[in-house]
Amino acid sequence: MRSKRTDNHTWRKIKSALASTTAFVSAILVILPLGLVFFHLLVNGITSVNWDFFTKLPAPVGEVGGGMANAIVGSLELLAIAGVIGIPVGVLGGVYLAEYGSARINSVLRFLADVLNGIPSITWGVVVYGLVVLRFKSFSVLAGGLALALIMIPLILRTTEEVVLLVPNGYREAALALGVSRWQTIVHIVMKTASKGIITGILLALARIGGETAPLLFTAFGNRFWNHSLTQPIAALPLQIFTYAISPYDDWHRQAWAGALVLVTGIFFVNITVRILTRGRGASVA
Amino acid sequence: MATPEQRVTERVEGAVQAPASSEPAPKLTFEAKNVSIWYGQKRAIDNVSLNILSKAVTAIIGPSGCGKSTFLRALNRMHELTPKTRMEGTVLLHGENLYSKTVDPAIVRRRVGMVFQKSNPFPTMTIGENVIVGLRLNGVRNQKFLNERLEKSLRMAALWDEVKDDLHKPGTSLSGGQQQRLCIARALAVEPEVILMDEPCSALDPIATAKIEELINELKAQYTIVTVTHNMQQAGRISDYTAFFYLGRLIEFGPTTAIFTNPTERQTEDYITGRFG
Repeated sequence: MRSKRTDNHTWRKIKSALASTTAFVSAILVILPLGLVFFHLLVNGITSVNWDFFTKLPAPVGEVGGGMANAIVGSLELLAIAGVIGIPVGVLGGVYLAEYGSARINSVLRFLADVLNGIPSITWGVVVYGLVVLRFKSFSVLAGGLALALIMIPLILRTTEEVVLLVPNGYREAALALGVSRWQTIVHIVMKTASKGIITGILLALARIGGETAPLLFTAFGNRFWNHSLTQPIAALPLQIFTYAISPYDDWHRQAWAGALVLVTGIFFVNITVRILTRGRGASVA
Repeated sequence: MATPEQRVTERVEGAVQAPASSEPAPKLTFEAKNVSIWYGQKRAIDNVSLNILSKAVTAIIGPSGCGKSTFLRALNRMHELTPKTRMEGTVLLHGENLYSKTVDPAIVRRRVGMVFQKSNPFPTMTIGENVIVGLRLNGVRNQKFLNERLEKSLRMAALWDEVKDDLHKPGTSLSGGQQQRLCIARALAVEPEVILMDEPCSALDPIATAKIEELINELKAQYTIVTVTHNMQQAGRISDYTAFFYLGRLIEFGPTTAIFTNPTERQTEDYITGRFG
Protein backbone atom coordinates (compact mmCIF):
# COMPACT_ATOMS: atom_id res chain seq x y z
CA MET A 1 0.00 0.00 0.00
CA ARG A 2 2.60 2.43 1.11
CA SER A 3 5.02 1.63 -1.70
CA LYS A 4 2.27 1.81 -4.30
CA ARG A 5 1.40 5.28 -3.19
CA THR A 6 5.05 6.34 -3.47
CA ASP A 7 5.25 4.84 -6.96
CA ASN A 8 2.20 6.75 -7.95
CA HIS A 9 3.72 9.89 -6.67
CA THR A 10 6.93 9.39 -8.62
CA TRP A 11 5.06 8.67 -11.82
CA ARG A 12 3.02 11.82 -11.30
CA LYS A 13 6.15 13.86 -10.84
CA ILE A 14 7.59 12.46 -14.07
CA LYS A 15 4.39 13.24 -15.95
CA SER A 16 4.37 16.75 -14.58
CA ALA A 17 8.02 17.32 -15.51
CA LEU A 18 7.36 15.92 -18.99
CA ALA A 19 4.38 18.19 -19.54
CA SER A 20 6.13 21.34 -18.39
CA THR A 21 9.22 20.54 -20.47
CA THR A 22 7.11 20.02 -23.58
CA ALA A 23 5.32 23.29 -22.96
CA PHE A 24 8.61 25.10 -22.43
CA VAL A 25 10.14 23.70 -25.63
CA SER A 26 7.00 24.63 -27.58
CA ALA A 27 7.18 28.15 -26.24
CA ILE A 28 10.80 28.43 -27.33
CA LEU A 29 9.87 27.09 -30.78
CA VAL A 30 7.24 29.83 -31.05
CA ILE A 31 9.68 32.60 -30.19
CA LEU A 32 12.60 31.14 -32.14
CA PRO A 33 11.49 32.23 -35.65
CA LEU A 34 10.99 35.78 -34.42
CA GLY A 35 14.48 35.82 -32.98
CA LEU A 36 15.98 34.29 -36.11
CA VAL A 37 14.18 36.70 -38.43
CA PHE A 38 15.19 39.69 -36.42
CA PHE A 39 18.78 38.51 -36.15
CA HIS A 40 18.97 37.87 -39.87
CA LEU A 41 17.50 41.28 -40.67
CA LEU A 42 19.96 42.94 -38.34
CA VAL A 43 22.97 41.17 -39.83
CA ASN A 44 21.99 41.85 -43.42
CA GLY A 45 20.24 45.16 -43.11
CA ILE A 46 21.88 47.23 -40.43
CA THR A 47 24.77 48.35 -42.66
CA SER A 48 22.36 49.90 -45.15
CA VAL A 49 20.22 51.67 -42.55
CA ASN A 50 21.80 55.08 -42.65
CA TRP A 51 20.83 58.71 -43.04
CA ASP A 52 20.51 58.34 -46.82
CA PHE A 53 18.10 55.47 -46.40
CA PHE A 54 15.62 57.70 -44.58
CA THR A 55 16.14 60.86 -46.62
CA LYS A 56 16.87 59.94 -50.24
CA LEU A 57 14.88 58.67 -53.15
CA PRO A 58 15.84 55.35 -54.72
CA ALA A 59 18.91 55.70 -56.90
CA PRO A 60 18.53 55.07 -60.64
CA VAL A 61 19.46 51.61 -61.87
CA GLY A 62 23.20 51.16 -62.00
CA GLU A 63 23.94 53.85 -59.45
CA VAL A 64 24.84 52.78 -55.93
CA GLY A 65 23.21 54.38 -52.88
CA GLY A 66 19.89 56.14 -52.56
CA GLY A 67 17.21 55.44 -49.99
CA MET A 68 13.58 54.69 -49.36
CA ALA A 69 12.34 58.04 -48.06
CA ASN A 70 9.43 58.05 -50.49
CA ALA A 71 8.42 54.52 -49.51
CA ILE A 72 8.51 55.31 -45.80
CA VAL A 73 6.39 58.42 -46.27
CA GLY A 74 4.20 56.48 -48.70
CA SER A 75 3.54 53.73 -46.16
CA LEU A 76 2.59 56.31 -43.54
CA GLU A 77 0.30 58.04 -46.02
CA LEU A 78 -1.39 54.77 -46.96
CA LEU A 79 -1.81 53.87 -43.27
CA ALA A 80 -3.33 57.29 -42.62
CA ILE A 81 -5.87 56.89 -45.41
CA ALA A 82 -6.65 53.32 -44.38
CA GLY A 83 -7.09 54.57 -40.80
CA VAL A 84 -9.38 57.43 -41.78
CA ILE A 85 -11.65 55.00 -43.62
CA GLY A 86 -11.18 51.87 -41.54
CA ILE A 87 -11.09 53.06 -37.93
CA PRO A 88 -14.49 54.79 -37.78
CA VAL A 89 -16.23 52.05 -39.74
CA GLY A 90 -14.59 49.27 -37.72
CA VAL A 91 -15.12 50.88 -34.32
CA LEU A 92 -18.71 51.94 -34.97
CA GLY A 93 -19.52 48.56 -36.48
CA GLY A 94 -18.05 46.81 -33.45
CA VAL A 95 -20.04 49.03 -31.10
CA TYR A 96 -23.17 48.29 -33.08
CA LEU A 97 -22.59 44.56 -32.78
CA ALA A 98 -22.00 44.81 -29.04
CA GLU A 99 -24.73 47.31 -28.15
CA TYR A 100 -27.49 47.22 -30.75
CA GLY A 101 -28.99 44.87 -33.25
CA SER A 102 -30.86 41.63 -32.76
CA ALA A 103 -29.08 38.50 -31.65
CA ARG A 104 -29.80 36.73 -34.94
CA ILE A 105 -28.63 39.52 -37.26
CA ASN A 106 -25.56 40.03 -35.09
CA SER A 107 -24.53 36.41 -35.24
CA VAL A 108 -24.73 36.61 -39.05
CA LEU A 109 -22.68 39.84 -39.08
CA ARG A 110 -20.14 38.33 -36.72
CA PHE A 111 -19.79 35.27 -38.92
CA LEU A 112 -19.35 37.41 -42.02
CA ALA A 113 -16.70 39.52 -40.29
CA ASP A 114 -14.81 36.36 -39.39
CA VAL A 115 -15.03 35.20 -43.00
CA LEU A 116 -13.70 38.59 -44.12
CA ASN A 117 -10.82 38.25 -41.68
CA GLY A 118 -9.89 34.99 -43.34
CA ILE A 119 -9.86 36.28 -46.90
CA PRO A 120 -6.34 36.32 -48.41
CA SER A 121 -5.17 39.90 -48.59
CA ILE A 122 -4.39 39.80 -52.30
CA THR A 123 -8.11 39.34 -52.89
CA TRP A 124 -8.69 42.82 -51.53
CA GLY A 125 -6.12 44.15 -53.97
CA VAL A 126 -7.98 42.51 -56.87
CA VAL A 127 -11.34 43.78 -55.61
CA VAL A 128 -10.11 47.36 -55.31
CA TYR A 129 -8.34 47.07 -58.65
CA GLY A 130 -11.64 46.14 -60.25
CA LEU A 131 -13.74 48.69 -58.42
CA VAL A 132 -11.45 51.71 -58.23
CA VAL A 133 -8.32 51.39 -60.34
CA LEU A 134 -10.11 50.29 -63.53
CA ARG A 135 -12.85 52.85 -63.13
CA PHE A 136 -10.50 55.78 -62.64
CA LYS A 137 -7.89 54.31 -64.98
CA SER A 138 -5.10 54.93 -62.51
CA PHE A 139 -3.28 53.28 -59.65
CA SER A 140 -3.52 55.61 -56.70
CA VAL A 141 -2.90 56.32 -53.04
CA LEU A 142 -6.64 56.23 -52.47
CA ALA A 143 -7.00 52.78 -54.01
CA GLY A 144 -4.11 51.46 -51.89
CA GLY A 145 -5.52 53.03 -48.73
CA LEU A 146 -8.95 51.60 -49.45
CA ALA A 147 -7.57 48.09 -49.97
CA LEU A 148 -5.77 48.32 -46.62
CA ALA A 149 -8.89 49.76 -44.95
CA LEU A 150 -10.95 46.81 -46.13
CA ILE A 151 -8.52 44.46 -44.42
CA MET A 152 -8.55 46.58 -41.31
CA ILE A 153 -12.32 46.94 -40.86
CA PRO A 154 -13.25 43.38 -39.87
CA LEU A 155 -10.19 43.19 -37.60
CA ILE A 156 -11.11 46.34 -35.69
CA LEU A 157 -14.78 45.43 -35.73
CA ARG A 158 -14.23 42.16 -33.93
CA THR A 159 -11.76 43.45 -31.34
CA THR A 160 -13.96 46.47 -30.60
CA GLU A 161 -17.00 44.27 -30.18
CA GLU A 162 -15.14 41.99 -27.80
CA VAL A 163 -13.82 44.73 -25.53
CA VAL A 164 -17.15 46.60 -25.52
CA LEU A 165 -18.90 43.41 -24.45
CA LEU A 166 -16.44 43.15 -21.57
CA VAL A 167 -17.75 46.38 -20.03
CA PRO A 168 -19.96 45.30 -17.12
CA ASN A 169 -23.64 46.01 -17.57
CA GLY A 170 -23.72 47.82 -14.23
CA TYR A 171 -22.03 50.83 -15.82
CA ARG A 172 -24.59 51.05 -18.59
CA GLU A 173 -27.41 50.80 -16.09
CA ALA A 174 -25.82 53.37 -13.80
CA ALA A 175 -25.57 55.87 -16.63
CA LEU A 176 -29.04 55.19 -18.01
CA ALA A 177 -30.47 55.52 -14.49
CA LEU A 178 -29.07 59.06 -14.40
CA GLY A 179 -31.25 59.91 -17.36
CA VAL A 180 -28.34 59.85 -19.77
CA SER A 181 -29.39 58.94 -23.28
CA ARG A 182 -28.46 55.64 -24.85
CA TRP A 183 -25.87 56.96 -27.32
CA GLN A 184 -24.25 59.20 -24.71
CA THR A 185 -24.02 56.23 -22.39
CA ILE A 186 -22.35 54.27 -25.16
CA VAL A 187 -19.93 57.05 -26.14
CA HIS A 188 -19.06 58.52 -22.76
CA ILE A 189 -19.33 55.53 -20.47
CA VAL A 190 -19.06 52.29 -22.40
CA MET A 191 -16.53 53.28 -25.06
CA LYS A 192 -14.53 55.30 -22.59
CA THR A 193 -14.32 52.33 -20.27
CA ALA A 194 -13.27 50.12 -23.17
CA SER A 195 -11.01 52.74 -24.78
CA LYS A 196 -7.73 51.00 -24.00
CA GLY A 197 -8.97 47.83 -25.62
CA ILE A 198 -10.35 49.69 -28.63
CA ILE A 199 -7.05 51.54 -29.15
CA THR A 200 -5.16 48.28 -28.79
CA GLY A 201 -7.31 46.74 -31.51
CA ILE A 202 -6.69 49.73 -33.78
CA LEU A 203 -2.92 49.62 -33.26
CA LEU A 204 -2.75 45.89 -33.88
CA ALA A 205 -4.76 46.31 -37.07
CA LEU A 206 -2.42 49.12 -38.20
CA ALA A 207 0.60 46.93 -37.46
CA ARG A 208 -0.96 44.15 -39.46
CA ILE A 209 -1.71 46.23 -42.57
CA GLY A 210 1.60 48.10 -42.29
CA GLY A 211 3.35 44.99 -43.54
CA GLU A 212 0.82 44.07 -46.23
CA THR A 213 2.27 43.87 -49.73
CA ALA A 214 -0.16 41.90 -51.85
CA PRO A 215 -3.12 44.28 -51.66
CA LEU A 216 -0.87 47.16 -52.74
CA LEU A 217 0.57 45.44 -55.83
CA PHE A 218 -2.15 46.66 -58.16
CA THR A 219 -3.65 49.46 -56.13
CA ALA A 220 -0.88 51.71 -54.80
CA PHE A 221 1.42 50.09 -57.36
CA GLY A 222 4.67 51.66 -56.16
CA ASN A 223 6.55 54.69 -57.32
CA ARG A 224 10.25 55.49 -57.57
CA PHE A 225 9.64 59.16 -56.95
CA TRP A 226 7.73 61.33 -54.54
CA ASN A 227 4.00 61.16 -54.85
CA HIS A 228 2.25 64.50 -55.12
CA SER A 229 -1.37 63.49 -55.58
CA LEU A 230 -3.81 61.13 -53.93
CA THR A 231 -4.88 59.95 -57.37
CA GLN A 232 -1.39 58.90 -58.42
CA PRO A 233 0.61 55.73 -57.62
CA ILE A 234 2.65 55.80 -54.46
CA ALA A 235 5.55 53.85 -53.01
CA ALA A 236 5.17 51.75 -49.88
CA LEU A 237 7.83 50.09 -47.78
CA PRO A 238 6.65 46.49 -48.27
CA LEU A 239 6.22 47.07 -52.02
CA GLN A 240 9.69 48.53 -52.30
CA ILE A 241 11.13 45.60 -50.38
CA PHE A 242 9.34 43.23 -52.74
CA THR A 243 10.62 45.02 -55.86
CA TYR A 244 14.16 45.23 -54.58
CA ALA A 245 14.27 41.68 -53.25
CA ILE A 246 13.38 40.15 -56.63
CA SER A 247 15.78 42.43 -58.51
CA PRO A 248 19.17 41.18 -59.78
CA TYR A 249 21.23 43.92 -58.10
CA ASP A 250 23.23 43.34 -54.90
CA ASP A 251 22.84 46.94 -53.79
CA TRP A 252 19.06 46.68 -54.07
CA HIS A 253 19.12 43.46 -52.08
CA ARG A 254 20.95 45.26 -49.28
CA GLN A 255 18.38 48.00 -49.37
CA ALA A 256 15.57 45.44 -49.24
CA TRP A 257 17.10 44.01 -46.06
CA ALA A 258 17.31 47.48 -44.59
CA GLY A 259 13.70 48.18 -45.55
CA ALA A 260 12.56 44.95 -43.91
CA LEU A 261 14.50 45.80 -40.79
CA VAL A 262 12.91 49.24 -40.57
CA LEU A 263 9.44 47.82 -41.18
CA VAL A 264 9.78 45.05 -38.60
CA THR A 265 11.21 47.50 -36.06
CA GLY A 266 8.26 49.84 -36.65
CA ILE A 267 5.75 47.05 -36.13
CA PHE A 268 7.71 45.93 -33.10
CA PHE A 269 7.33 49.39 -31.56
CA VAL A 270 3.61 49.45 -32.25
CA ASN A 271 3.33 46.17 -30.38
CA ILE A 272 5.36 47.51 -27.49
CA THR A 273 3.03 50.50 -27.32
CA VAL A 274 0.13 48.07 -27.14
CA ARG A 275 1.82 46.22 -24.29
CA ILE A 276 2.33 49.44 -22.38
CA LEU A 277 -1.27 50.49 -22.97
CA THR A 278 -2.67 47.20 -21.79
CA ARG A 279 -0.49 47.00 -18.72
CA GLY A 280 -2.54 46.83 -15.53
CA ARG A 281 -5.37 45.38 -17.57
CA GLY A 282 -6.90 43.97 -14.44
CA ALA A 283 -7.36 47.38 -12.86
CA SER A 284 -9.89 48.73 -15.30
CA VAL A 285 -11.80 46.99 -18.01
CA ALA A 286 -10.04 45.93 -21.20
CA MET B 1 -34.42 78.93 -24.50
CA ALA B 2 -33.53 77.99 -20.97
CA THR B 3 -29.99 76.87 -20.32
CA PRO B 4 -29.53 73.32 -19.11
CA GLU B 5 -28.73 74.67 -15.63
CA GLN B 6 -31.99 76.60 -15.55
CA ARG B 7 -33.94 73.64 -16.76
CA VAL B 8 -32.51 71.45 -14.06
CA THR B 9 -33.11 74.07 -11.40
CA GLU B 10 -36.62 74.92 -12.55
CA ARG B 11 -37.67 71.36 -12.46
CA VAL B 12 -36.18 70.90 -9.06
CA GLU B 13 -37.81 74.02 -7.65
CA GLY B 14 -41.11 72.84 -9.05
CA ALA B 15 -40.69 69.58 -7.25
CA VAL B 16 -39.72 71.25 -4.00
CA GLN B 17 -42.57 73.74 -4.07
CA ALA B 18 -45.23 71.19 -4.78
CA PRO B 19 -45.52 69.75 -1.25
CA ALA B 20 -46.01 73.25 0.22
CA SER B 21 -49.49 73.35 -1.27
CA SER B 22 -50.29 69.79 -0.29
CA GLU B 23 -53.44 68.93 1.55
CA PRO B 24 -53.28 67.19 4.92
CA ALA B 25 -53.85 63.86 3.15
CA PRO B 26 -50.53 62.11 2.41
CA LYS B 27 -49.28 62.86 -1.06
CA LEU B 28 -48.72 60.07 -3.51
CA THR B 29 -45.54 59.83 -5.52
CA PHE B 30 -46.29 56.65 -7.45
CA GLU B 31 -49.57 55.06 -8.29
CA ALA B 32 -49.04 51.68 -9.89
CA LYS B 33 -52.25 50.29 -11.36
CA ASN B 34 -52.68 46.67 -12.41
CA VAL B 35 -49.03 46.28 -13.37
CA SER B 36 -48.08 42.97 -14.94
CA ILE B 37 -44.66 42.28 -16.42
CA TRP B 38 -43.46 39.36 -18.50
CA TYR B 39 -39.95 38.27 -19.34
CA GLY B 40 -40.58 36.32 -22.51
CA GLN B 41 -43.22 33.80 -21.45
CA LYS B 42 -42.53 34.11 -17.75
CA ARG B 43 -44.77 36.40 -15.77
CA ALA B 44 -42.63 38.20 -13.22
CA ILE B 45 -45.24 40.62 -11.89
CA ASP B 46 -48.88 39.70 -11.67
CA ASN B 47 -51.43 42.49 -11.54
CA VAL B 48 -49.85 44.64 -8.84
CA SER B 49 -51.48 47.87 -7.73
CA LEU B 50 -49.58 49.88 -5.18
CA ASN B 51 -49.44 53.51 -4.07
CA ILE B 52 -46.17 54.90 -2.82
CA LEU B 53 -46.29 57.87 -0.49
CA SER B 54 -44.12 60.95 -0.81
CA LYS B 55 -41.22 61.70 1.52
CA ALA B 56 -41.31 58.31 3.11
CA VAL B 57 -39.32 55.13 2.81
CA THR B 58 -41.17 52.23 1.29
CA ALA B 59 -39.50 48.84 1.56
CA ILE B 60 -40.27 46.00 -0.80
CA ILE B 61 -39.60 42.61 0.76
CA GLY B 62 -40.08 39.05 -0.33
CA PRO B 63 -38.13 35.91 -1.15
CA SER B 64 -35.74 35.71 -4.11
CA GLY B 65 -37.47 35.69 -7.46
CA CYS B 66 -40.68 37.21 -6.12
CA GLY B 67 -40.47 40.11 -8.55
CA LYS B 68 -39.53 42.85 -6.10
CA SER B 69 -36.57 44.07 -8.15
CA THR B 70 -38.61 43.90 -11.33
CA PHE B 71 -41.32 46.01 -9.77
CA LEU B 72 -38.77 48.52 -8.51
CA ARG B 73 -37.22 48.77 -11.95
CA ALA B 74 -40.64 49.30 -13.48
CA LEU B 75 -40.87 52.52 -11.46
CA ASN B 76 -38.22 54.17 -13.65
CA ARG B 77 -38.53 51.96 -16.72
CA MET B 78 -35.19 50.27 -16.11
CA HIS B 79 -36.80 46.87 -16.61
CA GLU B 80 -37.16 47.77 -20.29
CA LEU B 81 -33.42 47.27 -20.70
CA THR B 82 -33.93 43.54 -20.33
CA PRO B 83 -34.72 42.08 -23.75
CA LYS B 84 -38.16 40.63 -24.42
CA THR B 85 -40.00 42.33 -21.59
CA ARG B 86 -43.65 43.15 -21.90
CA MET B 87 -45.73 45.24 -19.53
CA GLU B 88 -49.38 45.93 -18.90
CA GLY B 89 -50.92 48.49 -16.60
CA THR B 90 -49.85 52.00 -15.74
CA VAL B 91 -47.50 53.72 -13.36
CA LEU B 92 -48.25 57.32 -12.48
CA LEU B 93 -45.57 59.60 -11.10
CA HIS B 94 -47.25 62.59 -9.49
CA GLY B 95 -50.28 61.78 -11.57
CA GLU B 96 -48.39 61.55 -14.85
CA ASN B 97 -48.25 58.26 -16.74
CA LEU B 98 -44.62 57.16 -17.04
CA TYR B 99 -45.52 54.77 -19.82
CA SER B 100 -47.41 57.11 -22.12
CA LYS B 101 -46.02 57.05 -25.63
CA THR B 102 -44.84 60.65 -25.50
CA VAL B 103 -42.65 60.11 -22.43
CA ASP B 104 -38.93 59.62 -22.97
CA PRO B 105 -37.51 56.96 -20.61
CA ALA B 106 -34.39 59.12 -20.14
CA ILE B 107 -36.58 61.88 -18.64
CA VAL B 108 -38.31 59.36 -16.39
CA ARG B 109 -34.93 58.18 -15.11
CA ARG B 110 -33.75 61.72 -14.50
CA ARG B 111 -36.76 62.21 -12.23
CA VAL B 112 -36.50 58.76 -10.65
CA GLY B 113 -32.91 57.97 -9.73
CA MET B 114 -31.54 54.59 -8.83
CA VAL B 115 -28.87 53.02 -6.65
CA PHE B 116 -27.83 49.48 -7.36
CA GLN B 117 -26.94 46.43 -5.33
CA LYS B 118 -23.33 46.48 -6.43
CA SER B 119 -21.71 49.89 -6.20
CA ASN B 120 -20.74 50.93 -9.71
CA PRO B 121 -18.76 54.18 -9.82
CA PHE B 122 -17.40 54.70 -13.33
CA PRO B 123 -13.84 53.35 -13.35
CA THR B 124 -12.55 55.92 -15.83
CA MET B 125 -13.62 58.87 -13.69
CA THR B 126 -12.44 60.57 -10.54
CA ILE B 127 -14.59 60.87 -7.44
CA GLY B 128 -15.61 64.38 -8.46
CA GLU B 129 -16.35 63.45 -12.05
CA ASN B 130 -18.45 60.53 -10.90
CA VAL B 131 -20.72 62.81 -8.90
CA ILE B 132 -21.44 65.30 -11.66
CA VAL B 133 -21.37 62.97 -14.64
CA GLY B 134 -25.17 62.92 -14.84
CA LEU B 135 -25.32 66.70 -15.09
CA ARG B 136 -22.41 66.87 -17.53
CA LEU B 137 -23.88 64.34 -19.90
CA ASN B 138 -27.23 66.10 -19.65
CA GLY B 139 -25.54 69.21 -21.02
CA VAL B 140 -24.66 71.27 -17.93
CA ARG B 141 -21.42 73.19 -18.62
CA ASN B 142 -21.46 75.90 -15.95
CA GLN B 143 -18.45 75.02 -13.79
CA LYS B 144 -19.61 77.02 -10.77
CA PHE B 145 -22.97 75.30 -10.81
CA LEU B 146 -21.27 71.91 -11.15
CA ASN B 147 -18.91 72.61 -8.25
CA GLU B 148 -21.77 73.68 -6.00
CA ARG B 149 -23.79 70.64 -6.91
CA LEU B 150 -20.75 68.42 -6.40
CA GLU B 151 -20.28 69.56 -2.82
CA LYS B 152 -23.98 69.58 -2.03
CA SER B 153 -24.50 66.05 -3.32
CA LEU B 154 -21.49 64.69 -1.47
CA ARG B 155 -22.62 66.39 1.73
CA MET B 156 -26.10 64.91 1.38
CA ALA B 157 -24.56 61.50 0.82
CA ALA B 158 -22.51 62.00 4.02
CA LEU B 159 -19.31 61.54 2.07
CA TRP B 160 -17.97 65.08 1.72
CA ASP B 161 -15.78 65.10 4.82
CA GLU B 162 -14.18 61.81 3.83
CA VAL B 163 -13.36 62.69 0.23
CA LYS B 164 -13.15 66.47 -0.04
CA ASP B 165 -9.35 66.37 -0.36
CA ASP B 166 -9.38 63.41 -2.75
CA LEU B 167 -11.86 64.51 -5.37
CA HIS B 168 -9.32 63.91 -8.13
CA LYS B 169 -8.70 60.30 -7.11
CA PRO B 170 -10.42 57.48 -9.00
CA GLY B 171 -13.90 56.65 -7.77
CA THR B 172 -12.89 53.03 -7.55
CA SER B 173 -10.18 53.86 -4.97
CA LEU B 174 -12.81 54.21 -2.24
CA SER B 175 -13.96 51.46 0.09
CA GLY B 176 -17.09 49.51 -0.71
CA GLY B 177 -19.33 51.52 1.59
CA GLN B 178 -17.86 54.81 0.37
CA GLN B 179 -18.37 53.72 -3.22
CA GLN B 180 -22.01 53.06 -2.51
CA ARG B 181 -22.40 56.51 -0.94
CA LEU B 182 -20.61 57.93 -3.98
CA CYS B 183 -23.23 56.25 -6.14
CA ILE B 184 -25.94 57.78 -3.96
CA ALA B 185 -24.28 61.19 -4.37
CA ARG B 186 -24.17 60.63 -8.13
CA ALA B 187 -27.88 59.84 -8.13
CA LEU B 188 -28.64 62.89 -5.95
CA ALA B 189 -26.62 65.26 -8.15
CA VAL B 190 -29.24 65.28 -10.91
CA GLU B 191 -31.80 66.14 -8.20
CA PRO B 192 -34.35 63.43 -8.83
CA GLU B 193 -37.75 63.39 -7.18
CA VAL B 194 -37.48 59.77 -6.11
CA ILE B 195 -34.62 57.43 -5.33
CA LEU B 196 -34.98 53.74 -5.95
CA MET B 197 -32.57 51.46 -4.14
CA ASP B 198 -32.10 47.87 -5.18
CA GLU B 199 -30.65 46.10 -2.13
CA PRO B 200 -28.18 48.94 -1.57
CA CYS B 201 -26.51 47.33 1.44
CA SER B 202 -26.40 43.67 0.51
CA ALA B 203 -22.73 43.84 -0.51
CA LEU B 204 -21.65 45.92 2.50
CA ASP B 205 -20.36 45.15 5.97
CA PRO B 206 -22.49 46.07 9.02
CA ILE B 207 -20.76 49.39 9.68
CA ALA B 208 -21.10 50.57 6.10
CA THR B 209 -24.69 49.31 6.14
CA ALA B 210 -25.45 51.35 9.24
CA LYS B 211 -24.13 54.47 7.53
CA ILE B 212 -26.30 53.93 4.46
CA GLU B 213 -29.34 53.29 6.63
CA GLU B 214 -28.71 56.48 8.54
CA LEU B 215 -28.35 58.28 5.24
CA ILE B 216 -31.65 56.88 3.97
CA ASN B 217 -33.29 58.15 7.12
CA GLU B 218 -31.93 61.65 6.48
CA LEU B 219 -32.76 61.67 2.79
CA LYS B 220 -36.43 60.93 3.31
CA ALA B 221 -36.97 64.48 4.52
CA GLN B 222 -36.49 65.56 0.91
CA TYR B 223 -36.97 62.48 -1.21
CA THR B 224 -39.35 59.64 -1.71
CA ILE B 225 -37.36 56.46 -1.32
CA VAL B 226 -38.29 52.99 -2.45
CA THR B 227 -35.92 50.23 -1.48
CA VAL B 228 -35.77 46.53 -2.09
CA THR B 229 -34.24 44.51 0.69
CA HIS B 230 -33.64 40.93 1.60
CA ASN B 231 -32.99 41.89 5.15
CA MET B 232 -36.12 41.91 7.26
CA GLN B 233 -34.54 43.74 10.17
CA GLN B 234 -33.38 46.40 7.78
CA ALA B 235 -36.87 46.85 6.38
CA GLY B 236 -38.08 47.20 9.96
CA ARG B 237 -35.42 49.76 10.83
CA ILE B 238 -35.54 52.04 7.83
CA SER B 239 -38.96 51.92 6.26
CA ASP B 240 -42.25 53.64 6.96
CA TYR B 241 -44.23 51.37 4.65
CA THR B 242 -43.62 47.80 3.64
CA ALA B 243 -44.85 45.88 0.64
CA PHE B 244 -44.58 42.10 0.72
CA PHE B 245 -44.26 40.40 -2.66
CA TYR B 246 -44.58 36.69 -3.24
CA LEU B 247 -44.46 34.89 -6.60
CA GLY B 248 -44.94 38.12 -8.52
CA ARG B 249 -47.98 39.23 -6.56
CA LEU B 250 -48.36 41.91 -3.94
CA ILE B 251 -49.52 40.01 -0.87
CA GLU B 252 -49.73 42.81 1.63
CA PHE B 253 -48.94 46.48 1.90
CA GLY B 254 -49.15 48.85 4.83
CA PRO B 255 -47.28 50.78 7.49
CA THR B 256 -44.15 48.86 8.43
CA THR B 257 -45.12 48.59 12.09
CA ALA B 258 -48.45 47.03 11.16
CA ILE B 259 -46.91 44.59 8.68
CA PHE B 260 -44.31 43.48 11.18
CA THR B 261 -46.44 43.28 14.30
CA ASN B 262 -49.82 42.42 12.96
CA PRO B 263 -49.83 41.14 9.40
CA THR B 264 -53.25 40.32 8.03
CA GLU B 265 -52.04 37.71 5.55
CA ARG B 266 -50.80 34.33 6.60
CA GLN B 267 -48.01 34.32 3.97
CA THR B 268 -46.66 37.63 5.23
CA GLU B 269 -46.53 36.37 8.75
CA ASP B 270 -44.81 33.16 7.69
CA TYR B 271 -42.22 35.11 5.74
CA ILE B 272 -41.37 37.72 8.34
CA THR B 273 -41.20 35.20 11.11
CA GLY B 274 -38.73 33.25 9.02
CA ARG B 275 -40.87 30.21 8.33
CA PHE B 276 -39.92 30.34 4.66
CA GLY B 277 -37.86 32.43 2.25
